Amino acid sequence: MTKDDLVLLIHERTGFSKVESAEILEEILNLLKERLADGDHVKLSGFGKFQVSQKRARKGRNPITGKEIEISARRVLTFKPSQKLRKALNA
Amino acid sequence: MNKSDLIEALAERRKMTQKEADLVVNLVLDGMTDALRRGERIEIRGFGSLIVKTYDPYIGRNPKTGEQVQVPAKRLPFFKVGKELKERVDGRTSELTANGEGGDEMDDDDLTDEDVLDDGADEHADDDSSDPV
Repeated sequence: MTKDDLVLLIHERTGFSKVESAEILEEILNLLKERLADGDHVKLSGFGKFQVSQKRARKGRNPITGKEIEISARRVLTFKPSQKLRKALNA
Repeated sequence: MNKSDLIEALAERRKMTQKEADLVVNLVLDGMTDALRRGERIEIRGFGSLIVKTYDPYIGRNPKTGEQVQVPAKRLPFFKVGKELKERVDGRTSELTANGEGGDEMDDDDLTDEDVLDDGADEHADDDSSDPV
């Protein structure tokens, strides 16, 4: 499934044109991205929670050369599926 | 932000009614749930991708009592953040730690690292994917 499939889904199930549907989907994604970029979490009930967490710097190793490298501190985005989504996948 | 905040913000930006925004947001989430249920992969450019991983059943143990428990086979969704969003989310780290030196080089090293760990498949191989069980 890609953005195009979602655009079609919106278009077919609402009165919005394909162009409008694409713009609406883009706006939803923009809103999500803006909040997450601000470090905010996004909890979509029934689906899951997107969360930004701070990771400390740690030592890692290049698996090819074996050379030890410093992995810098960073913020990462994780997704935790809701119970409802987990159940839907295992029904 | 939760779902109602998203619906409200969408309605405001797109000059839609709350009802329309509510409908669209739920269509998108339900559509994605259905795709995952079918075992389909979802790929949203600039945001990320979701895949379904299948786990075999195994015999686990209750860590407190030591009692054996049968853990059934299951399917779980995994999210892998897209490049653009990954960079936007991490954007402030460099400001916070404020060490300018060699930042780019480290990033390159790390990317190689991840690509190898990922074994070419687009899996979420992060060390800290909350609770995979």
